Amino acid sequence: MDLKSSAPGGPVETAWSRHKFDMKLVNPANKRKFNLIVVGSGLAGAAASASLAELGYNVRCFCYQDSPRRAHSIAAQGGINAAKNYQNDGDSVFRLFYDTIKGGDFRAREANVYRLAELSTAIIDQCVAQGVPFAREYSGYLANRSFGGAQVSRTFYARGQTGQQLLLGAYQALERQIAAGKVTMYPRTEMLDVVVVDGCARGIVTRDLVSGKIESHGADAVILATGGYGNVFYLSTNAKGCNVTATWRAYKHGAGFANPCFTQIHPTCIPVSGDHQSKLTLMSESLRNDGRVWVPTRSGDARKPSDIPESERDYFLERRYPAFGNLVPRDVASRAAKSVCDENRGVGPGGRGVYLDFADAIKRSGETAIGERYGNLFEMYERITDENPYRVPMRIYPAVHYTMGGLWVDYNLMSNIPGLFVAGEANFSDHGANRLGASALMQGLADGYFIIPYTIGNYLGSTRFDKIDSKGPEFRKAEAGLSERIKKLTDNKGKRTAMSFHRELGKLLWDNCGMARNQAGLRAARERIPQLREEFWSQVVVPGSGAELNQSLEYAGRVADFMEFGELMCRDALERGESCGCHFREEFQTPDGEAKRNDAEFAHVAVWEYSGEQKEAVLHKEPLGFETAHLAQRSYK
Amino acid sequence: MKLVLKVWRQDGPDAPGRLQRIDVDDITPDMSFLEMLDVVNERLTLAGERPIAFDHDCREGICGSCGVVINGIPHGPRPGTTTCQLHMRQFRDGQTIVIEPFRAKPFPVLRDLVVDRSALDRIIAAGGFISASTGAAPDGNAIPIAKAKVDAAMDAAACIGCGACVAACPNASAMLFVGAKVSHLGLLPQGQPERWNRAEGMVNAMDQEGFGPCSVVGECSVVCPKGIELNTIAQLNRDRIGTIFMVARRSLQADNS
Repeated sequence: MDLKSSAPGGPVETAWSRHKFDMKLVNPANKRKFNLIVVGSGLAGAAASASLAELGYNVRCFCYQDSPRRAHSIAAQGGINAAKNYQNDGDSVFRLFYDTIKGGDFRAREANVYRLAELSTAIIDQCVAQGVPFAREYSGYLANRSFGGAQVSRTFYARGQTGQQLLLGAYQALERQIAAGKVTMYPRTEMLDVVVVDGCARGIVTRDLVSGKIESHGADAVILATGGYGNVFYLSTNAKGCNVTATWRAYKHGAGFANPCFTQIHPTCIPVSGDHQSKLTLMSESLRNDGRVWVPTRSGDARKPSDIPESERDYFLERRYPAFGNLVPRDVASRAAKSVCDENRGVGPGGRGVYLDFADAIKRSGETAIGERYGNLFEMYERITDENPYRVPMRIYPAVHYTMGGLWVDYNLMSNIPGLFVAGEANFSDHGANRLGASALMQGLADGYFIIPYTIGNYLGSTRFDKIDSKGPEFRKAEAGLSERIKKLTDNKGKRTAMSFHRELGKLLWDNCGMARNQAGLRAARERIPQLREEFWSQVVVPGSGAELNQSLEYAGRVADFMEFGELMCRDALERGESCGCHFREEFQTPDGEAKRNDAEFAHVAVWEYSGEQKEAVLHKEPLGFETAHLAQRSYK
Repeated sequence: MKLVLKVWRQDGPDAPGRLQRIDVDDITPDMSFLEMLDVVNERLTLAGERPIAFDHDCREGICGSCGVVINGIPHGPRPGTTTCQLHMRQFRDGQTIVIEPFRAKPFPVLRDLVVDRSALDRIIAAGGFISASTGAAPDGNAIPIAKAKVDAAMDAAACIGCGACVAACPNASAMLFVGAKVSHLGLLPQGQPERWNRAEGMVNAMDQEGFGPCSVVGECSVVCPKGIELNTIAQLNRDRIGTIFMVARRSLQADNS
């Protein structure tokens, strides 16, 4: 597998400028001769589709939702980072770069991360021009807040709905290009396979989710912006439809899957309330700016929070990390919450929860001020739990939230399959082993607005294309394979639903490949998953047929892919014999329980190559060099 | 909780529909409304029946995918709440719950509770944007915007495009949806150059899609899960009048030249 990063050498500060100059251009008159496919309409997909269409390319954009505006980027609450230094508090592109590399525990590629920090400022400008109503001061200038462990205020936000507003900006730009005839939109259409012709990605095969029709689409390049795979755990903060299918299909055609074990657990979610639970709801991490996290000092203390005196409360984040306190990065906060619950000091039903208490903040700033900051979040919490966080401390617990792993891409965001580009959460590129808060929106939009439009020109300008025939043998073969798979699912006369299998897989992974992992657990999961997969294919029941609107079938197909993917995730976690960022291996920790990295053996990207059914995937490594940022142990004490 | 559900079942756009009675007895008050439907669907599936089709995705009240009419009210009895965020504690043990799709001529039923709302996308495509192509933007702080203005724009921009306003309106009008977008963009300095064409284009598209006119009943705003206010429709009407003057002025200028 060729894992050439294509990142320009030399000073990282000028790398992107030099690379932009060196890249091939496509003549404006020639752009309209190229056909591009974008799968996914979230921040990365919608931004790329709109920007490519503005340049003159013909774009087809696909999403499984009924409208491109509903992609899960819309649910991001907290904000978007940018190194504007509007607050005069010492921020800079270099500082954002450094924080991101360090936050990712030195498991990301330097040149990519620097470029992300560099482009961050242009994103804010672009979004303001589109009419994104970012919060402003009374002066009329843009407001910022500090977010998720950053010591500067660089986060731009639109109340608790930043993702929604950024996505609507990109969606409106996309709709403008649809009206102009430069983008053809395919909503309620799911990509089920990627088609590789002569070694290059030349199209996709889709299923129309209303009619059930299987269709082939040929193109000169394919961009996957299909999000993350957090739903492999069944319970996560992802939308119910989020899935690994698109990237998994690409993997099975030879695209490398990088760092699948890097999954982020978000510390502030509403705890699980019962077995019927279908998803977990995130409470923005901005709440940690004012809320104080605590549990009772004594294990098994079942008193109401108001009955527990100050002296019997353990503000464990403030105690363990005096410098950062409640604002330590996500992975650190999540593990600390898990460890106090493991000590039987957790609160709420089932004992898997910690308090996030606003009493001091309300005393200090008043209920009105706190309401202005977090009113919508408090309301949402109350709606779900029937408890009022102005009076009773919130209960929170970590939940799966984001996946840093994804398809391997080079500096141009192209996978090892020429012509297959991957953007946003679907690629592995910028967050290393842990993503900082307010950086996902930044990455999705950087990829879509400012990177793909350049790098795709370079690919198109330097490649010779034969005309693609979407009725050719490669497409026919993919269509036949899909029809057979659908038939296999709907013909099966089993006794268990896809959801029950998904729940079982999710619990297995959460217990063994979740917040803390160890060799024995990972081995056990790796043994169990193939059995579970076999049971799935022999016992699953999928009502209806493939030739109709059939949500059970859509879901079963996604679960089938998760069943395969989960095994690779455990394998990756097993092979990475170190703790870094969100990947915490219990065997590798410092005496005080912090993650212990092993740079000598694991300063690399783990890239997995598919080698056939029933065969073990092959591990390749892209070594990571750190010339600008210095390898250091993270410390938030 | 025991409940009697009466659920709208319809195979496809041209098939006749009917209300199917389904008795359930294993619901807990902390379930969300959609989790209750999940439980029902699991049971139907194992009994060899076709599960109920319904749209949903984020299940946290922001994507706008979900939305059904519950006992006559789009998104159900709790104000300011999408169907996915409605919890069963809002209902009584033993209650009968009638569940229907969002009904409107421009929202054809695809199956059961799933409707086609793509008309709303086509209305946005007719002008619900600011034409700022990627790369041309000045610094984000180049144009200060009064906090009150941007806050009002944000109030309008909170629309999730679920279509409850249309389902509640006796005329099946999409004026609140259009008003929200016209207000959001029209309140901002960046939205001014295209302001008049925007209102005209979007209202024309709305008419073409078969949505009805507004007769200021106000049901739309009452059921809106995001609290979009009727004053957005007033703003839309002001902008449309502005459009008429703009067109008149343009033709006057053309006559004079």
